[in-house]
Amino acid sequence: MDAAAVIETENLTKLYGHQTAVDRLTLTVGEGEIFGFLGPNGAGKTTTLLMLLGLTEPTAGRVRVMGLDPARDPIRVKSRVGYLQENMGFYADLDARQMLRFVAELNGIAGRQAEERIAAALEAVGLAEEGRKKIAAFSRGMRQRLGIAELLIKDARLAFLDEPTLGLDPDATVRIMEMIMGLARERGMTIVLSSHQLNQVQKICDRVGIMIKGRMVAQGPMDQLAREKFGVGPEEFSLEEVYMKYFLEA
Amino acid sequence: MAALTAICKKELADHFSSYRFVILFALIAMVSLISAYMVGVQIREAQGQLKPKFVFLMLFTEPGAMFSLVQFVAFFGPLVGLILGFDSINRERNEGTLSKLLAQPIFRDAVINGKFLAGLVLISVMMGSILMVITGLGLALVGIVPGAEEIWRVLIYLVVSVVYIAFWLGVAILFSIVFRSTATSALAALAVWIFFSFFVTIGIGILAGALAGSPSSDPLVAQQKAEILRAAALVSPMELYSDATAAIIDPMRKSTRTRLTAGPLEAISMTRFSGPLPLGQSILIVMPYLISLVAITAICFAVSYTVFMRQEIRSL
Ligand SMILES: Nc1ncnc2c1ncn2[C@@H]1O[C@H](COP(=O)(O)OP(=O)(O)OP(=O)(O)O)[C@@H](O)[C@H]1O
Ligand SMILES: [Mg+2]
Repeated sequence: MDAAAVIETENLTKLYGHQTAVDRLTLTVGEGEIFGFLGPNGAGKTTTLLMLLGLTEPTAGRVRVMGLDPARDPIRVKSRVGYLQENMGFYADLDARQMLRFVAELNGIAGRQAEERIAAALEAVGLAEEGRKKIAAFSRGMRQRLGIAELLIKDARLAFLDEPTLGLDPDATVRIMEMIMGLARERGMTIVLSSHQLNQVQKICDRVGIMIKGRMVAQGPMDQLAREKFGVGPEEFSLEEVYMKYFLEA
Repeated sequence: MAALTAICKKELADHFSSYRFVILFALIAMVSLISAYMVGVQIREAQGQLKPKFVFLMLFTEPGAMFSLVQFVAFFGPLVGLILGFDSINRERNEGTLSKLLAQPIFRDAVINGKFLAGLVLISVMMGSILMVITGLGLALVGIVPGAEEIWRVLIYLVVSVVYIAFWLGVAILFSIVFRSTATSALAALAVWIFFSFFVTIGIGILAGALAGSPSSDPLVAQQKAEILRAAALVSPMELYSDATAAIIDPMRKSTRTRLTAGPLEAISMTRFSGPLPLGQSILIVMPYLISLVAITAICFAVSYTVFMRQEIRSL
């Protein structure tokens, strides 16, 4: 067992009725890593993230997140793990500050410490001016940034980002991706991110995993996956081609 | 604990700024004020002719226009609880905020408890302020100054009513957990309410009639029938509530049931015929009903917890 492993799963399986959403997944993610989670719609990415968070009960297999079992020790896991979900899920009636304050309170952070963190987080994601604006009036890009501010509030050591660039324009996409990169490089946050934007993933991820129909068909640094499929060096491949090759073979 | 407070606080803020609450409150305040006003006017006109004991309580128990405040709360209170809670969990699930909430380091039951607690505060504020306004109205209109005993009775009535409405809130929260769609849980809540308000009362009568045979002068049969009625009424929260409040706020009332049901209460009903029930006796009568109400609310909660703990929370 890797000492620096933040996430370890062994034959993790989830069945919905007779349908296998995740099939015997064995995965390791190391500290400070940015792990790209790829796969077509319905591959089981979100399901996997939910199991890692302890929000969905695995049917079989073993999970360790920061050495803890999320099903047994959900509170300790969730106090260190941030989650930016697919559909974001904000209380639209609250303004940005109220939302962050609520998250802070749920994490047991209150008073001055909370206010300081809120101000710093809003500043860091470029929403300092929008603190009193209702979330209902936020654009998609702003909402994603607010989601990242939540991770900063609770000072997550590990973050699950489910399609953080979904529906964003190219400029906003780059902005979010840079922020994510900053979280990992400057704060040492471990990041697992699922995305369909392969060129962005290629730019920022250290390793990727490709999941198809619940099975992880490939896992590792991108150049290694490229070499396995095409026998080319790290400079001359695109993740898109590698991904399509795995996809067509599966 | 911090999480519970945070959720409760946020829910309260949501409620107080929602049209749902404003409309509900306005409706209840309007109806109860009008009915209390009518009673007040009647009492004023009747003054001098008769001087009943517990004039103050008559503000709550006398049907002014159509129904008394107590009847109104018995009938409409459940709807308040149901309206406050029918979408508490499933709306969050559908909007995707539930998984955000539960991705924070909190226990799942904190969500249910926080929402219930907020509703409880709201119901107490609603009922409390209405009772206070009616008291003020009584003072201004007829110059009724409530005695200490009457104040106690109204306070106990307040507690019983809050527990009663909170039970329905618990039912509504359970429905909001079980049903994914808010429309479905609203409909289910409505169905339960109609079932208990109309069918159970009618159904119990029919049932007792069928079980005890045709009406006869045989006191034994009549007694049997009455006992069936009494037992069956215990499963209906409305009946529990009416019996409890009748004893507490209407001490002049002869009996809520036929004389034959008396059984253990025989001694008490004897005194009832001669004069009002003393406060201590009233409390003794109310206690079992109150405990039953709390117990069925607790059952409701136990079911909510077990369902919610194991439930898939994704909005899909
Ligand atoms: N609550 C549920 N009940 C039954 N089946 C479900 C449920 N949630 C997900 N599934 C199924 O599990 C499989 C995996 O879904 P999941 O959401 O994890 O995919 P995904 O990789 O996140 O896809 P996407 O890229 O579209 O977000 C899908 O086939 C889906 O239909
Ligand atoms: Mg998904």
